[in-house]
Amino acid sequence: MKEESASERGRPPAAAGASLNRELLFGIYRNIYATRRFELACIELYRQGLIRGYLHPYLGEEAIAAGACAALRRSDYIVSTHRGHGHCISKGADLQRMMAEIMGRADGYCAGRGGSMHIASREDNNLGANGIVGGGIPIATGAAMGVKVKGTDQVVLDFFSDGASNNGVFAESLNLAAVFRLPIVYVLENNHYAVSMPVECSTGCCDLAGRGPAYGVPGICVDGNDAVQVFHETRRAVERARSGEGPTLIEAKTYRHGGHHINDPGLYMDAQKLAEWKSRDPILNMRRIIDDEDGIAGIEVEVDRELEAAIEFGKNSPEPSVEEFLAAISD
Amino acid sequence: MAEMMYREALNRALFEEMERDPLVFVMGETIGERGGSYKVTEGLLKRFGPRRVVDTPIAEASFTGMAVGAALIGCRPVVEILFIDFAMLVMDQIVNQAAKYHFISGGQGRVPLVLRTQGGAGNGLAAQHSQSLEALFYHVPGLKVVMPATPRDACGLLKAAIRDDDPVIFIEHKLLYMTKGEVPEGETLVPLGKAEIKNPGRDVTLVTYSRMTLTCLEAAGALEKEGISVEVVDLRSLVPLDKQTILESVRRTGRAAVVHEAPRRGGVGGDIAAMIMEEAYDDLDGPVVRIAGRNTPIPYNLNIEKVCVPSVEDVIEGVLKLV
Repeated sequence: MKEESASERGRPPAAAGASLNRELLFGIYRNIYATRRFELACIELYRQGLIRGYLHPYLGEEAIAAGACAALRRSDYIVSTHRGHGHCISKGADLQRMMAEIMGRADGYCAGRGGSMHIASREDNNLGANGIVGGGIPIATGAAMGVKVKGTDQVVLDFFSDGASNNGVFAESLNLAAVFRLPIVYVLENNHYAVSMPVECSTGCCDLAGRGPAYGVPGICVDGNDAVQVFHETRRAVERARSGEGPTLIEAKTYRHGGHHINDPGLYMDAQKLAEWKSRDPILNMRRIIDDEDGIAGIEVEVDRELEAAIEFGKNSPEPSVEEFLAAISD
Repeated sequence: MAEMMYREALNRALFEEMERDPLVFVMGETIGERGGSYKVTEGLLKRFGPRRVVDTPIAEASFTGMAVGAALIGCRPVVEILFIDFAMLVMDQIVNQAAKYHFISGGQGRVPLVLRTQGGAGNGLAAQHSQSLEALFYHVPGLKVVMPATPRDACGLLKAAIRDDDPVIFIEHKLLYMTKGEVPEGETLVPLGKAEIKNPGRDVTLVTYSRMTLTCLEAAGALEKEGISVEVVDLRSLVPLDKQTILESVRRTGRAAVVHEAPRRGGVGGDIAAMIMEEAYDDLDGPVVRIAGRNTPIPYNLNIEKVCVPSVEDVIEGVLKLV
């Protein structure tokens, strides 16, 4: 398996995409582009005061969620993070209800109680984002345990970050998943920063995927800016999980386009590295792979229209009722 | 006297204590290069270097445990946990280890550790970044709990906490960092376990701490105009609790409310109210009441977040019911 993935990495993106049907590629591009536009819109709305609290944009990392979720069935589960809009979109969430939630409105997925950091869309089997770094890892592992108990053939895909992989729950969860051969795929999004700490300062190893084998979990590195590569490796890991062979750890290397959250200018980030990664931006990569200007334009027009409607929907959605909120609290 | 912000006062305390004692060091997430999320540790890395200003990975349980270990051999670590919500990840090290060591070792060693953290609602940060969890620490024998309301107290109490030989949970409030107040020039120490009467009054005692002190002072000002004289007792430390100041005040006024932002159920207000009723029953003109946060997780939406914690109006209303 490792040799195969290495040869996959060696291939230029266009060749890797050649074997996939257009519908799948368009679907992946739609989610990458929708996430990009969604995040940019959120930043704008935040500046206008329509979004409050914390907002952690997924800019630059869109290919991971889009590629990985394309390898899932609708009935499969995902567990997301504080930087979770891309996961939510790629698992099939409705942009209108997402936008309403992030604006804190009554029609949002969480009735305005969760916001960006806690968005969940259970109807898509997205178990939710998390405000605690690493907090989702045991939850995802437990969902995989639940799948095993229930005897279904679902798979759980757990998104988390390089930062979370330094938390104890990562070690404990991988060990448990290996022991119980759980149907889970761990997708470690290495965006090179844990808040402001560069990954070189937070770990003594180069490839975080290398931590998997220490627990008996195969570990694979992929280019997280290449959605097709992410898709291929995730599909393989999902098949492995579904057939009862147990967990896989996929480290998708990428680079955050800005600071930790909207109010962090990210001055500590390496400008040269950022420029290098931006030259392989997930959007540019995917446009090259698809190589169909009209097709791309069609998707973009549709997403732009959808997003505009989502923003209007969010703005017009009512604030949650204070009276109803208070009435539901027990003393 | 110098006017400074709460966060600047904390920063000054850290500078002074690190200058004074080379065994003091600070550790936490984003505290070095970035100077901390709330800028409390700004400049420390430059002055004291990476050996004493340690940026950690996101590994709260282990770096807090490391602070316990370093404290055991004579260092005085000050650990920053970004949000008190994240302190739930370190409960074993704090509750089972730091709080117990002096006792179970038969007094052979101490844990002079300060865990700095911040809590409170009010910024739309939702349920995992807005909690008031002091009661959890208050409940555990072996821990001291400090919650300053003003820049002077923040500076003086942090210095005292660092010099204390036991583990101190030092809880700041995210809405206080930018508030301003006078801090005396020169050494400013505020002893742990000493409450302060922030507003003298005759009719009602409000026992409070942290940001609710400011809320109570505002309510007291408004009530003064109505002819009701309210005494505001700022506890500053919850453990040790300054029972004497509380009881003396209540004996004078005959009426008391405990005011805190944390949910009413299981909050420290219930414990303090019970203590007052046990020890000053004969001096009371009525039951001691609690004006506290609602028993709910904090929501993201600002309108419904606002009603979760006591407002100035809530405090005024509570006092009017008492007199």
